[in-house]
Amino acid sequence: MAIGIAPAALPELTTNELARYSRHIILPEVGTEGQRRLKAARVLCVGTGGLGAPLAFYLAAAGIGTLGLVDFDVVDESNLQRQIIHSTADVGRKKIDSAADKLLALNPALNLVKHHTILTSANALDILKDYDIVADGTDNFPTRYLVNDACVLLGKPNAYGSIFRFEGQASVFATEQGPCYRCLYPEPPPPGLVPSCAEGGVLGILPGLVGIIQATEVIKLILGKGETLAGRLLLVDSLNMRFRELKLRKSPECPVCGPNRTITTLIDYQQFCGLTPEPAQPAAEKNGIPQISVRELKQRIDAGESLQIIDVREPFEYDIANIGAKLIPQNDVPNRLIEIDRECEVIVHCKAGGRSQKIAEYLKQAGYPRVVNVAGGILAWADQIDSAMKKY
Amino acid sequence: MKIFIPTPPRPFAGGLDTVEATAATVAGALTALTAAHADLRKHLFTPEEKLRAFVNPYLSYEDVRYLPEEEATAVTEKDTLTVIPSIAGGLA
Repeated sequence: MAIGIAPAALPELTTNELARYSRHIILPEVGTEGQRRLKAARVLCVGTGGLGAPLAFYLAAAGIGTLGLVDFDVVDESNLQRQIIHSTADVGRKKIDSAADKLLALNPALNLVKHHTILTSANALDILKDYDIVADGTDNFPTRYLVNDACVLLGKPNAYGSIFRFEGQASVFATEQGPCYRCLYPEPPPPGLVPSCAEGGVLGILPGLVGIIQATEVIKLILGKGETLAGRLLLVDSLNMRFRELKLRKSPECPVCGPNRTITTLIDYQQFCGLTPEPAQPAAEKNGIPQISVRELKQRIDAGESLQIIDVREPFEYDIANIGAKLIPQNDVPNRLIEIDRECEVIVHCKAGGRSQKIAEYLKQAGYPRVVNVAGGILAWADQIDSAMKKY
Repeated sequence: MKIFIPTPPRPFAGGLDTVEATAATVAGALTALTAAHADLRKHLFTPEEKLRAFVNPYLSYEDVRYLPEEEATAVTEKDTLTVIPSIAGGLA
């Protein structure tokens, strides 16, 4: 492990490396020994998206010896607003291949290890065990808990970053004495309560800010210099450009790092987060709300049925693309129930089906007898019905 | 006192990022907050009126769970209360 290696056992720097990293080496806090530590270090970036892009780029530039990447996704045009490691020509390519090309172009001496897979309870320990530090740049709660637990079980520090809209968080979890992610968040929020960036949006620059904070923490952990964010949570408010810091404590009741731990092996994180695997076909019913596919909806429209379709997206989304439904943004629904006819079936849609499902459940609770959700929302409509429709 | 509202539940607090509340304790401040924004209550509290496990209130820099008197901790006008959200974004 690079962090604890005796100086004599560290790899030597070549003449080229001495020149390449000269701006590091003249820093007393880094020096030749620090640069050799970076060369010996093995860092795993989970995700090569918004956070992983700047994180991996800077770690490769800094002279990290071995960089592992975990990703299973492909580059989509909507990623390019923030995932600066990918370019327009990479759309449709595996993110891991696109990222690898850029990182090796930047630093050909980098030992890059590609893990083209979804990180799961079955493979996480095996993948993480070969690294000194993990940088978590994922985008969902099950993987957050999985990465945390695997880091705690293996004793690997986790440079954590997370973003939403204009807001970010960063910390270092699972150090020997420090708290872990579960000490802060013993339980995840219920599914659907916290929207994803795909649904809630994110300022493209924000993952740059937060990802580079993660990279900084990784470098400091390797060098053993400075004060890391272990035991502190940094809150980044990019809209008002305020950085705030909160104390984190190791929870004596933490089920994975506390003295009376109950989690000693990886668990089913989908189940823990209240999620069940998506069925291959859209479910006929979800939480008591019948689901209608966009094809069925199109057939009913084409058949001339007079349908009450409510679009619960925001007006700017409606302006980009719509199917002529009545627009009532989700937060306005409670105050505009009078505009929704209880006697008729209510068909609710949004961008991808998440917000409309919540509103459909709300309407049912409010006494509407026949409420239906459009599975997949307007994105499914654009994919399956109208290829000319703008996607966002 | 000033209560910072994180981004995810802001729609349930009229879109506000901070709310002023007058209260004697942390619990009182949260009650005042959710009295003014009723939709927020179900996001912060269980039906049994307990704070949800994923909701972390911080009084200034300290986690309320670790203060000796927890939610009964006295507050002043100068204090700030922050509700730390669970956010998971980063990849997609």
